[in-house]
Amino acid sequence: MLKKIRTILGTIFLVCITAMFLDFTGTLHMWLSWMADLQFLPAVLGLNIVAILIVLALTLLFGRIYCSVICPAGTYQDAVSHIAAKFKKNRFSFSKENKILRFSVLGVFVILLLVGLNGIAILIAPYSAYGRMVQNLWQPIYIGVNNLLAKAAEHYDSYAFYEKEVWIKAMPVFIVAIITFITFTVLAWRGGRTWCNNICPVGTVLGYLSKFSLFQIRIDADKCVNCRLCEKNCKSSCIDIDTHTVDSSRCVSCMNCLGKCKKDAIHYARASKSKSAHAKEDKPNASLRAMLTTTATLAATSVLHAQDKTTDGGLAVIEDKKIPERETPVKPAGSMSLSSFSSKCTGCQLCVAACPNGVLRPSTDLATFMQPEMGFEHGYCRPECTKCGEVCPAGAIKPITREQKTSIRAGHAVWVKDNCLPQKDGVSCGNCAEHCPSGAITMVPLPDNPKVKIPSIDTERCLGCGACEHLCPVRPFSAIYVEGNLVHGDM
Amino acid sequence: MDNINRRDFLKVAGTAAAVTAVSASCGDAVNTGKIADTTTSVSKNIPTDKMTYRTNPKTGDKVSILGYGMMRLPTISNQSARESGDEIDQETVNKLVDYAIEHGLNLFDTSPAYCRGLSETATGIALSRYPRDKYFISTKLSNFSPQQWTREESIALYKKSLKDLQVDYIDYLHLHGVGMGGMKQFSQRYLDNGVLDYLMQEREAGRIKNLGFSFHGEQEVFETLVDNHDKYHWDFVMIQMNYVDWKYAHQLNPANVDAEHLYNRLTEKGIPVFVMEPILGGRLAKLPSHVQEMLRERRPESSIASWSFRWIATHPNILTILSGMTYMEHLQDNLSSLCPLEPCTEEENTLLQRVADEFVKFPLIPCTACQYCMPCPYGIDIPGSFTHYNKCVNEGHIAVSTQDENFKEARRRFLIGYDRVVEPKRQAAHCIGCGTCVSHCPQNIRIPQKLRDINDYMEKLKQETL
Repeated sequence: MLKKIRTILGTIFLVCITAMFLDFTGTLHMWLSWMADLQFLPAVLGLNIVAILIVLALTLLFGRIYCSVICPAGTYQDAVSHIAAKFKKNRFSFSKENKILRFSVLGVFVILLLVGLNGIAILIAPYSAYGRMVQNLWQPIYIGVNNLLAKAAEHYDSYAFYEKEVWIKAMPVFIVAIITFITFTVLAWRGGRTWCNNICPVGTVLGYLSKFSLFQIRIDADKCVNCRLCEKNCKSSCIDIDTHTVDSSRCVSCMNCLGKCKKDAIHYARASKSKSAHAKEDKPNASLRAMLTTTATLAATSVLHAQDKTTDGGLAVIEDKKIPERETPVKPAGSMSLSSFSSKCTGCQLCVAACPNGVLRPSTDLATFMQPEMGFEHGYCRPECTKCGEVCPAGAIKPITREQKTSIRAGHAVWVKDNCLPQKDGVSCGNCAEHCPSGAITMVPLPDNPKVKIPSIDTERCLGCGACEHLCPVRPFSAIYVEGNLVHGDM
Repeated sequence: MDNINRRDFLKVAGTAAAVTAVSASCGDAVNTGKIADTTTSVSKNIPTDKMTYRTNPKTGDKVSILGYGMMRLPTISNQSARESGDEIDQETVNKLVDYAIEHGLNLFDTSPAYCRGLSETATGIALSRYPRDKYFISTKLSNFSPQQWTREESIALYKKSLKDLQVDYIDYLHLHGVGMGGMKQFSQRYLDNGVLDYLMQEREAGRIKNLGFSFHGEQEVFETLVDNHDKYHWDFVMIQMNYVDWKYAHQLNPANVDAEHLYNRLTEKGIPVFVMEPILGGRLAKLPSHVQEMLRERRPESSIASWSFRWIATHPNILTILSGMTYMEHLQDNLSSLCPLEPCTEEENTLLQRVADEFVKFPLIPCTACQYCMPCPYGIDIPGSFTHYNKCVNEGHIAVSTQDENFKEARRRFLIGYDRVVEPKRQAAHCIGCGTCVSHCPQNIRIPQKLRDINDYMEKLKQETL
């Protein structure tokens, strides 16, 4: 019964969170964003006290049910492990806790966060890792299916579906997502919760807390006949039948063991203060090896002009835009400042998945690795859109209103004289000024040649939305581009 | 998917035509080409011997009242893509030409500029399979680019037409797009360089059977050329004529001249008339629904386009009506409108006048998707943008305010629909207003301004500030 409840709740969370990462229309977020808000690490970085208290309270009461229900990375691994169990029954056995590894990973993780190397730290953040995996690997497939439906809809003159462009937003992050996917899947297939009990920093923190949880798994040594069915089915490898103890720091309260016991010797019950045995053994640690490979892999990745017209028709070839070199990356309005943003963002890619304009993409810069930044080759940050702030679970991008957005200066436009069309080809242009939502660009005569009009930018009024960069006819590098503002000023 | 179906359909239709041709010769369906029209499920009975012919007063040529415009030929990947960069689907072109000739059509009109310059070759390939006396060729001296304004370049263009069309004489040669750029450009293109004199010599030599011009734009040029008929002896003149342009061409666009005036002037002078844009690039084939009803009530089984063809053909001084037919359905529909011709009655003329009155009330962009403006140097799909806008207007999907009942629907249809037909990077927002297109537009549309209007409308839809 308890297992059933856990499975149902876990499935709901997994499905809903996955759906949120797949959905590119932004409709699901309105209903489901609280699920992302409950995620522990984003809540801690974003100082979401309510969410933190809820998770802590749940853990102190019921053990690590967070890991079994709320965390999508956890439930994803459970799903893989569940399928693996169909092929090989009773495949687990007890292994000793690798305390040194767990705490050193946690220690390094915290230090990285403190020194501001979030980009590396968040590689192992569970919820974000899962988000990256879905956004990078599954969302393209989801959009692909959507595009097929859109084609069908077009055939029937229906507007129920519309096509959405699919592109790899950042190759290194895409590779990280593939590695994450392989790591999660392989580890879960072979060893159940290996990841969660050796590497996951959230698992370590909550594991430590759950030692003190009110409800825990208990073995009644008197009834136990040492058949080891529970131990062989414990995906956390935390049941030791030799000592009749359960390592509650690794137990994720999945309740799988309860149903396995034919003698009613194992229970999920309130803690009694009697036992606190520590088993001692020196078995070779399979999960340690698996985990070391993972760390190694993860470490490796973290290093990681108008033609003359004589005939009619046809379309001129349009070169794709390229990303200009920016001194300061442009962060979305609502992220306050680069430093505030970098310290909170866990790189979960929810905003990237939700951005309807193809603007947000994960950074490939080491210090801010995988955290979103703006780019304007596929579109620009539209004045009516405030999606990223709405979905961010970590408070790295604060929710803002459309009105607020019209006064937040996330960046400023920079003119590249040598690229500019009127200057270069003598063609009259002005598309940047024409489309600037804040009217920050004025076309003025060039001092030494008054016939040529060039854009002049009022940086005080510029919002850094990228309309000018996106709509500039010069390709591949626009003649006007956006530089980020370190601190997002208010107009 | 859509395209595959159409292609399949065309194949089926082609096969069906072939099959019925055989069965006709066996005598069980004499003089009738039956076509299985799988898309509309209406089977058409188009007689092969009922084409209306008009006689050229000079040569005595019996010219079919329907001429085939080779400007909108089908392409391999996308049947509808006049603008696509693909090769022309020669196999389908051949089938269309076969079907047209089988049904008595005998005039084919092309230009060295059409279909990115591929039209004449495709026309030549299709027609060279027939004896030369089976068809009339109409083509143009399309020396639009200033670099072609020299005598040598212009003559080279004319010689290339003969070669590409695989013929040693041309039945009807047009000075192309006369009137655009005023008298000045006309002089530069044809008078100062002696090209017109050369062409008149070619006419005397018999390599050009009939010499005329196609007229767009400034009235002064038209009047001058017609006034000098005694000097030039125009054998024909092509004008834009249909029941809307008859009285409203000037009202719709001050730069244009009403067809009524043009037709009457030419008739006075005894110059036979070629008609172009009979259905305004399709805009008179799909009228706003309440206007359509007026016509449907009168002739429920006739297509909307057929009205314009019948109305034009009812005028006696029309030699031929050119229609650019991309699909077999277009060809069949036009043939069935004119084989045989049922002239419009006085009552029907009055009805069409009322339809025209209604038509001009709608703020459509008068684009006929002729592609003369293309390619835009900055990659904008101009006709695609205008066609989409007009489609939304015709279907009643243009919102006036966010308070509109159908605002959401109109917003979705406009924005999603636009993305479907025009890639975002080729949409109106990317127009920089360089104006290269303006001088090429035979309808004198202020293209950059119209694109800007479309973009402003889109902004209001997106920001919901309409």
